[in-house]
Amino acid sequence: MNLAADLASILLGGLAAGTVLFVVSVGLSVTMGLMGFINLAHGAFAMFGGYIIVLAMNRANFGFAAALGLGFVGTAALSVVLEQFLYRRLYRAGELDQVLFTIGLIFIFIATMTIVVGPESQTLQLPPALGGQLNLGFIQYRTYSIFLIVVGFLIAFGIWLIFERTRIGAQIRATVDNRRMAESLGINVDRLFTITFAFGSGMAAIGGGLGAEFLGLDPQYALKYLVYFLIAVSVGGLGSVLGVYYAALLLGVLDFVLKLYLPKGGTIFIYVLTILMLLVRPQGLFGRKEL
Amino acid sequence: MTAAATSDARASSEKRLDNPAAIILTRRHRLRWAETLPWLVAIGSYFAFPDYLGFGAELLVTILFALSLDLALGYAGIITLGHAAFFGAGAYTVGMLAYYGVWNEPITSLALAAVSAAVIGALSGLVLLRTKGLTLLMLTLCTMALLEQAANMGHEYTGGFDGLPSLTIAPVFGVFEFNPLYADTQYLYALGVLLVCFVFVRTLVYSQFGQSLTGIRENVLRMHAIGSPVRRRLVICYTISAAIAGIAGGLWAQTNAYVNLSTLGLDRAATVLIVLILGGYGRLYGAFVGAVIYLALEHFLAQLYPTAWQLGLGLLLVVIALFARNGILGLAETLWRRYRDTPLRRKRAGGAAS
Repeated sequence: MNLAADLASILLGGLAAGTVLFVVSVGLSVTMGLMGFINLAHGAFAMFGGYIIVLAMNRANFGFAAALGLGFVGTAALSVVLEQFLYRRLYRAGELDQVLFTIGLIFIFIATMTIVVGPESQTLQLPPALGGQLNLGFIQYRTYSIFLIVVGFLIAFGIWLIFERTRIGAQIRATVDNRRMAESLGINVDRLFTITFAFGSGMAAIGGGLGAEFLGLDPQYALKYLVYFLIAVSVGGLGSVLGVYYAALLLGVLDFVLKLYLPKGGTIFIYVLTILMLLVRPQGLFGRKEL
Repeated sequence: MTAAATSDARASSEKRLDNPAAIILTRRHRLRWAETLPWLVAIGSYFAFPDYLGFGAELLVTILFALSLDLALGYAGIITLGHAAFFGAGAYTVGMLAYYGVWNEPITSLALAAVSAAVIGALSGLVLLRTKGLTLLMLTLCTMALLEQAANMGHEYTGGFDGLPSLTIAPVFGVFEFNPLYADTQYLYALGVLLVCFVFVRTLVYSQFGQSLTGIRENVLRMHAIGSPVRRRLVICYTISAAIAGIAGGLWAQTNAYVNLSTLGLDRAATVLIVLILGGYGRLYGAFVGAVIYLALEHFLAQLYPTAWQLGLGLLLVVIALFARNGILGLAETLWRRYRDTPLRRKRAGGAAS
C-alpha cells in the first residue's frame, strides 16, 4: 500500500512537470513543423511570459487567471512583432543562420530582463485555492500539481480538437505534410505561420507562468531549460500535438524519478534515451515528416 | 615530336587558364604574402604586450578550437551545437593524466588528447552523421550533455563540478617550464601548436579530400551521384575536426593548469560557434579574426558591464544572421570587391592594360 502511494506521488509529480513542459513546447513543435524554422528562442518567450504573469500578480495585484491571460496576450503580441520584422527574413536561410539569430535573441532577452527586472529569481505566489493539499482518497497530494495535470490535459485536448476538427487545423496539418502543395492549393502559409507563431508563443508564456512556481524564474531560464524543450519536441515529432504531449509527460516523469533516485548525474539516462530514440526514429515518435 | 607534344600541352594548359574559374581554382591554394600577417602579429604581440601573454594564450587556444569547428562546419557543412564535447574530452585527457601523475609531458599529452577526442568523434560521427537538420543538431547537443553528465557523475575521478586544480605539466622539450605567473612559455607553446595544426588544416582543405568536403556541403546529391563516398568522408572529417578540438582542449588544460566542467558545456560550444561565424566560416582565417574580436571585446567589456556585453553580443548575432552571413571577413571581401569594381578604377585599370 505504501509502495503504491509512493509510486502514485512520483507519477503525479512527474506528470505535473511534464505538463508544464508540454504547454511550453507545443508551440515550438508546430512552428518548427510548419516552417522548419529552428527557433531556439522559444524558451525566451516562455520566460518573457512568465515575467509578465509573475510581475502582474506581485506588483499589480492581478488574479492568477487574469495574469495568465495577460501573459498570453502580451507575449503573443511581442512574437508577432518579432515575426513580422525579423523571423520572416530568415525563413529561407540556412539552419546555421536561424540558430545564430535565435541564440542572439536569447542573449537580448536575458540581458533585457536582467536590466529591467533584475538578476534575482522571481517567486510566484499561488492563489490560496491552489496552495493546499488535495485528498485523492488513497493519497494526499499538492492541489497545484493536480490542477496542472488537469489543465494540461484540457489544453492538449483543446489543441487536438483545433488540429483535427477546424479548418485552420486542417490547413496546418496540410502545410506540415507538404508546404509547397499546400501553397499551391491556395493556403496562405505566411499568414498561417504568423497565427500559429503567436499562439505558440502565447502558450509558451502560459507554460512559463504555470511552471514558475517550481522551475523558478530568472533571466537564465531561457537557456536553462532549452535542451528539455528541444528534446520534448524532437522526441515527440515535429508538428504533432499528441507526440509532444506524450514525449513531455514521459520526460517529466523520467526526470522526476532520476532526480529522486540518482541526484548526481542521473539525467545522463535522458540523453542516452534521446540519442537512441532519435537514431531509430529521426522523425520522432509521432512525426510524419522525414527530416 | 616530344617537343611538339610539350608545347601542345602547354598551349592547352594556357588555354584552360583563360577560364576565370580555372584561374581561381589553380591559384587559390597558393601562399600569399598576407598570410604571414597573423603570425607576424602574434610574434610581435609577444614583445609588444608582455603583460597580456596569459590572455594571448587563451586567444590562441580559442583560434585553434574555432579552426577545428571550421573544418566540420565551414568546409563539410556539418552543423553541430556540441563541439565542446571534443574540447572537453581533450582537456580531461590531459588533466586526468597529469593530475594522477601518470603522464605530463606536454606534446605527447596533446597527442593522447587528440586520440581520445578522435575516438569519441569517430564513434559518435558514425551514428550521428546519418542524420541532418534538427535531428543532427539535437544529437550533437545530447552527446555533449551526455559527456558533461558523465564527467559530473564520475566526480571521484574527474573532480565533478570543481574539476581538477593545479595540474603539474612537465617543461616543453624538457627545457621551457610553464610559469603560472608569467605565461611566456604558454604563449609560444600555444603559438607553435596552432601553427602546426593550421598548416595541417590548410593543406587538408586544399587537397582533393578538402575539395570533396566542399562539394558535399554545396550539393550532397551530386556528390552521391558522381560516386563520392559521402558518409565516409564526413566521418573522417568529423574525426579530424574532433582530434584538433581535442588538441585545443588539451592545450587549454595545460596553459591554465586546471580543468573543469566548463570545458564541456553549452556555453563553450555556443561561444566557439559565435567566434567562427563572427569571423566568417569556411575561410580558415575567419577563426583568427573572430577570436581576436570576440575575446578582446569580452576581456575588456564583459568585466566592466557584463549585462551590456550580453545585450551587445545578442544584437551583434542578430545583425550578423540578418545582414552579414559571411562574417567580418565576408563583409570585408564584399566591400573590397565593390571598391575594386567601381567604374573609375576599372577604367584606370583598362587604360593601363592598353
